Amino acid sequence: MSSSETIVAIKDLEFRWVPDGLPVLAFEHLHITRGERVFIKGASGSGKSTLLSLLGGVITPQRGSVEVLGESLHTLGGAGRDRFRADHIGFVFQMFNLLPYLSTIDNVILPCRFSRRRRERALSRDANLETAALRLLDHLDLADPAALARPVTELSVGQQQRVAVARALIGAPELVVADEPTSALDWDRREAFLQLLERECEEQGITLIFVSHDPSLEPLFDRTVALAELNRNCH
Amino acid sequence: MPIFSLTIKSLWNRRYTAFLTLLSIALSVTLLLGVERVRTEARSSFANTLSGTDLVVGARSGPIQLLLYSVFRIGNATNNISWQSYREIADRPEVAWSVPLSLGDSHKGFRVLGTNQDYFKHYRYGNKQPLAFAEGAVFTDLYDAVIGAEVARKLHYRLGQEIVLAHGAGAVSFVQHADKPFHIVGILKRTGTPIDQTVHVSLQAIEAIHVDYRDGAPLPGHHISAEQARSMDLEPKAITAFLVGLHSKVATFRLQRWINEYPEEPLLAILPGVALQELWDMIGVGERALLAVSTMVLLVGLTGMLTVLLASLNERRRELAILRSVGARPWQLFLLMVSEASCLTALGAVFGIGLLYLVLLIARPFIESQFGLQLGVGMLTPHELNLLVLLMGGGLLIGAIPAWRAYRYSLADGMSIRV
Repeated sequence: MSSSETIVAIKDLEFRWVPDGLPVLAFEHLHITRGERVFIKGASGSGKSTLLSLLGGVITPQRGSVEVLGESLHTLGGAGRDRFRADHIGFVFQMFNLLPYLSTIDNVILPCRFSRRRRERALSRDANLETAALRLLDHLDLADPAALARPVTELSVGQQQRVAVARALIGAPELVVADEPTSALDWDRREAFLQLLERECEEQGITLIFVSHDPSLEPLFDRTVALAELNRNCH
Repeated sequence: MPIFSLTIKSLWNRRYTAFLTLLSIALSVTLLLGVERVRTEARSSFANTLSGTDLVVGARSGPIQLLLYSVFRIGNATNNISWQSYREIADRPEVAWSVPLSLGDSHKGFRVLGTNQDYFKHYRYGNKQPLAFAEGAVFTDLYDAVIGAEVARKLHYRLGQEIVLAHGAGAVSFVQHADKPFHIVGILKRTGTPIDQTVHVSLQAIEAIHVDYRDGAPLPGHHISAEQARSMDLEPKAITAFLVGLHSKVATFRLQRWINEYPEEPLLAILPGVALQELWDMIGVGERALLAVSTMVLLVGLTGMLTVLLASLNERRRELAILRSVGARPWQLFLLMVSEASCLTALGAVFGIGLLYLVLLIARPFIESQFGLQLGVGMLTPHELNLLVLLMGGGLLIGAIPAWRAYRYSLADGMSIRV
């Protein structure tokens, strides 16, 4: 299966938020293969978040196709896309990723509550979900019991982002999409955070799509896609 | 179900506002159910004031006025019935029993009722319950009195105690029948009817204390002592009203008509059940207004919940986006909001019911002694359960409003977190 090597294939895409407005995104193709760590660079307003929503199947394009893992998202239907996203994609956002009323562990295992596939994959490796969460947190240097016992709102921003990474990784989804996860971190913390993220993705064979406006992070990735250039290419 | 545990944890996270919302719902539930209990009890105790009597007869006035003074001891009769008329009607073949009533005197604010022993035999209240004695027995001597439970409780009266009746029905009377004191020989069990607040004596006793009166005032220089009165002719010349029981209900309307067309004097016979219903319809307006107000309070409680839920929704868009990103479907977010509203409503109802029973337990003795209402502390009635089901339905409907908005947000925002 050649498609097993292709994680993301976007063709002839055009997306507008308002029907008669200008397209936010319009490009011929974007191709990402398994295991790649792709840096998608774009200033704010360049359509980064829109691209992520398209990849997650939260929205569908007016024109063109978005295929993830060989599945054409627009043929799945709304409920199918929700399930697909839950099963195959982990997300990390800019900040405030966590539900304040859940413990750290509960935040990490949240995707397993909505996706049977990720629950089963997590349980195939660990005896229970708590162990799976703790193992991931340990890999991300967050196993300190004192930190785990605290409400998530009392964790530092860096700790919160690592919890969010653990949540995106649990149950080994094929794709992790990170939207500016480092922008709230101090400069010297960014690199350490990214190294942790990449190491985990590599270990589990997870493809990483990292979106940021910050060009200084570029060297840490396999490949860079500049959204502005991509968009321009179609004209 | 992951959504339900999320609901609980999310609510717990916002427990202070959630608790206040819950409290406002609980209080309005308590109010609604409390009003409902008082209403039902007032209605039934009202309708049960007199039962087993086929006709109440008095001088011609209005049916409600007759009912008020003869049964509820409220107000005064416009006129009396002559003893001859009473005897003529009482002796008719279709009449099984009759009880004469003579009102007009009082004792420390309680009405005095002149009647005969048949009263204790035939009077029925509630579900055709007869009168029962807590202590003592029916009057036998001329100066014996039987008092209602409330009279005994309020004035701390015991058997054998001597009391003096006052002339006239006012709470404060300047003319006392001090020369002819009565002995308490019986105390009735509580009935929850005006009987509890009545002092019963014989018709002859009423005659005896007025033997030296003319036109409602004592005759000056013409005093007759209690012992002298005993030897006089004490057959009453007039009574205020009388109760009639018939052998057969079929004869009720015929006799009623006969009495209403009685040629010797203008009389009025009423069916007590019908008159009670008419009277309740009249005074029931207040009771319905009370229900309307408590329903409004409940609506205010629910609207308060809506306000809180909608206000919190904006801060929770982030939470909704996070849930979407980890795989929650839009309908699950809808469910999250609805179950939150239902949870608040249900907990509010449970708290409200608990509070109701607490209030009932505490206030019951007071309400019973002050208003003669015996509020039940029993299980919820089907009617009350209906109200609670309506409340839950209202809570669900109200919860659907923020839920729908959350659903729309989650479709429009997707996973992008907008603050």
